[in-house]
Amino acid sequence: MIDRRLLTNIDWVLAGLVVTVCLFGILNIYSATIPYKIVGTAYYIKQFYWMLVGMTISLAACTLDYHILEDLSYWFYGLLILLLIAVLVVGRRSMGATRWLDLGLFNIQPSELMKLVIIVTFARFFNNFQSVDGLTVRDVLIPLTLLALPTALIMKQPDLGTATLVILIALSMIMYIGLRWSAIVTFVCVTIPMGWIGWAFLLRPYQKNRVLDFMDPERSRLGSGYHIIQSKIAVGSGGFTGKGFAKGTQSQLRFLPEQHTDFAFSVFAEEWGFIGCLLLIFLYLSLVLWGLNIARRCNDRFGGLLAVGVTAMLFWHIVINMGMVIGMFPVVGVPLPFFSYGGTSMITSMVGIGLLQNISMRRFMF
Amino acid sequence: MKERRFVRELLESKQRILALSFVVGIVFLFLVIRLWHLQILNADDYRAMSENNRLRFVPVAASRGAILDRNGKVLVSNRPSFSLAVIPQEVKDKEALLTLLSTLLKLDRADMAERWDKNKDRAKYYPIVLSSNITRDHVEIVEENRMRLPGIEIEMKPVREYTSSQLAAHLLGYIGEVSEKEMNSTGFEEYNPGDYIGKNGIERALEKELHGSDGGRQLEVDARGRLLRTISESYPTVGNSVVLTIDAAVQKQAERAFGDQAGAAVAMDVTTGEILAFVSNPGFDPSLFSGKLPADVWQGYLDDKRHPLENKALSGQYPPGSTFKMITALAGLQDNKINDSTTINCSGSYDMGTSTFKCWNKKGHGATNLRKSLRESCDVFYYQLGEKLGVDKIAAAAQAFKLGAPLGVELLNEKSGLIPTSEWKLKRFGKRWFRGETLPVAIGQGAVILTPIQMASMTATIANDGMIYRPHLVKRIVDADGKTLRETKPEIIGTAAFSKESFRFVKQGMLDVVNAPGGTGAAARLYDVKVAGKTGTSQVVKLGSSKKSTPYHFRDHALFVAFAPFDKPEIAVAVVIEHGEHGGAAAAPIAGRILRAYFDGKKPLRRETGGTADEEDEWGKESGAPTVVNEPRINGGTVHD
Repeated sequence: MIDRRLLTNIDWVLAGLVVTVCLFGILNIYSATIPYKIVGTAYYIKQFYWMLVGMTISLAACTLDYHILEDLSYWFYGLLILLLIAVLVVGRRSMGATRWLDLGLFNIQPSELMKLVIIVTFARFFNNFQSVDGLTVRDVLIPLTLLALPTALIMKQPDLGTATLVILIALSMIMYIGLRWSAIVTFVCVTIPMGWIGWAFLLRPYQKNRVLDFMDPERSRLGSGYHIIQSKIAVGSGGFTGKGFAKGTQSQLRFLPEQHTDFAFSVFAEEWGFIGCLLLIFLYLSLVLWGLNIARRCNDRFGGLLAVGVTAMLFWHIVINMGMVIGMFPVVGVPLPFFSYGGTSMITSMVGIGLLQNISMRRFMF
Repeated sequence: MKERRFVRELLESKQRILALSFVVGIVFLFLVIRLWHLQILNADDYRAMSENNRLRFVPVAASRGAILDRNGKVLVSNRPSFSLAVIPQEVKDKEALLTLLSTLLKLDRADMAERWDKNKDRAKYYPIVLSSNITRDHVEIVEENRMRLPGIEIEMKPVREYTSSQLAAHLLGYIGEVSEKEMNSTGFEEYNPGDYIGKNGIERALEKELHGSDGGRQLEVDARGRLLRTISESYPTVGNSVVLTIDAAVQKQAERAFGDQAGAAVAMDVTTGEILAFVSNPGFDPSLFSGKLPADVWQGYLDDKRHPLENKALSGQYPPGSTFKMITALAGLQDNKINDSTTINCSGSYDMGTSTFKCWNKKGHGATNLRKSLRESCDVFYYQLGEKLGVDKIAAAAQAFKLGAPLGVELLNEKSGLIPTSEWKLKRFGKRWFRGETLPVAIGQGAVILTPIQMASMTATIANDGMIYRPHLVKRIVDADGKTLRETKPEIIGTAAFSKESFRFVKQGMLDVVNAPGGTGAAARLYDVKVAGKTGTSQVVKLGSSKKSTPYHFRDHALFVAFAPFDKPEIAVAVVIEHGEHGGAAAAPIAGRILRAYFDGKKPLRRETGGTADEEDEWGKESGAPTVVNEPRINGGTVHD
């Protein structure tokens, strides 16, 4: 079934980086969930299972040549749009937002899949698109429409974090193709008034509060500003060498919100200190640069675009999550890939790695 | 050529990858710099904060806004509920303290110990409630023995209090713990489990105003969870208060007038649409719903055949019976089918084809004109008029009064009533309208149903010569300091366009109903104010006649609508007594008492007997209410095909 020659081409650097980060993540989840009352399987064990499931899916994604995605891309896109509409109509509500679709056997979160599908869709679009000296405004009208539709549906759920990520991934790919200066100027002129309209009419009060809390944490020491302050105390008190594994007082006394998911890095920073953070950041930086390297080595445009898209997805997750934990960004529900607890994030990220692996393995096939 | 461009693009994209890598590196560098800033430069500060200054958050619930009547009388407010709590960190000898408490306060020691143990894993600074809802005597004893009871605290939290026992229970509604379904619905995202929310009535409809916003205290605790100091405190914002249009005095008289009869009454200010009284009887005790409702009380409410939990004024839909005759009359006048001198002969029944339609008065009313037809509520007059008009013209007149659709009061679940048309029947049953079906409609039977609010609005519109105000219950919203935030302005929602003369004829007939000899509504007469009204008796089931032996549920509804004063109308009233049988006997006196209470409140007249609004038992004599004339009832609303 699988071409034997391919196995010899497995990208061990990529695989090694991902597994290392995953193992650090599992260790960290073990520590972060010590103060929890655990019913059933422990979180770190479950995360280990998720990692195995993710790697299996990732490996399976390698067996098929990624070029078939080119033909399927618009079908995927259409299907995802239908699923996003279905979420709004029959989705499962929890915590004031509708994100999940109940498929009987399991639940899926179409907005999460959209991150991958927008990459494939854009790669397909720009692969067949010849631009001379960069893209003009007219060139990006169709892709921006393709982007606006799912983004609007995700915003409606409402899921600000995922919508932001989908936009960032898409914009990264456009920047990679290259925009003309005239187009960049035009977009800046359009985005600023649009941003104002979005702020005034589209954002929900709680979303506005989060942005305002971020700008001034003292504004609401009790609301989401509380999370930012607690997280900063945790990170800062870690110091140079950290408080030691499972010895972080902020996490063990449960001052942190979501400390095994979105704020997992906060726990890590407290317990492993600046040294540990440097190591983790080095691993992530290597992963992102290696992803770009795969894009560089790839000799066909479609593969290059895919690789850039997946790398952008990982990059923005990492930057937004870490930035949030250390008080550089507002609190948005964005997990740290391979590190935060959660099956959905693990599988999306692993599928992305599978794509990178796929492209990397086939670089000699041309 | 194409090849070359491909190669050029490939090279360009490789350069761009290098540029992107550079950008990525810069961004990661920013992360590292920020971490350096937190973990190296400010590490000592943050370490100190994490070691000595641990922050904890204790929420403080906001106090709900009050609900007041139009004169500022408090209908719902909050009273303090006290509970006995202990802060474990301050207690040295737990057993001794418990023993002392149980001897001082006569509270169950085992019960308190159990509550304490159940919460022993919580932070030591966090108060544990040992006994909730303690009495004021208990509070005093604790205060006196403060020195002997270290760590013991009295906690106060606001509890809903219904100042006037069960007054206007359906209107005010009640509160309860927010349900999961409510938390997941739009607009209530910020609610947390355990929060209280309005469940129905004004409490629900104005939840957003009344709720207020919760506050909290940011506490500093040490490594063992002991409180060091309060860092910051955000005070809860008290909810806004709602001032209703209701006049508590009128409301109280209206409710008393009902006694144990089931039914509803709505009194409205004719010139503004403000609802002055809003009665659904029997009531219930809203305070019971805030906590755990005793099962037997709940079962009692469910078993009561008078349905105490149903808001009859808002959601009860009743055939208006003869109170609908004004609409038919106005339709006839406008369409020139009748004028004020048109006279018919009532023989006690009316034949149409093979069917016979009976008048309530078997002996017949003889020669009857419009004025007499209203005064004595002759059915035959309206059978003939209805036949000439057809159902759609009657319906058009009713719709001109905005009947058949919710009027838009602030409460949720207002019913729309129903005004049948030929089109409606075709849609609903797929059958065309039969002429014979129009006759019951002309006297407010058949498929016609109205809510008590609609009946009051209809009456006010007649009093107003066609101007329709939106009935409303909220006069204004005020904040905790009493400053008015919003005020409801009277809103004209339409005009029933009939000639002034038509209204004059109809109103004259209504005046006779109450004041002329032979009028069916004499029981609503006041000695000092000219009242105009109309009785109605509407069939629940199509039985031959209703006798005392008729089971309760099959007895006819009694209705009465009225406005006063006749010359310059101020107030309109609609009263429905479920299964009260006779509009003139059962409903008219209640309408009279509501009007009495209203006018007494305005300018207390004749005080020589010391008659105040509270001495309503004396009222009958004082106002010299005349003997009740046996009122009409419909015997032959049925089509005998």
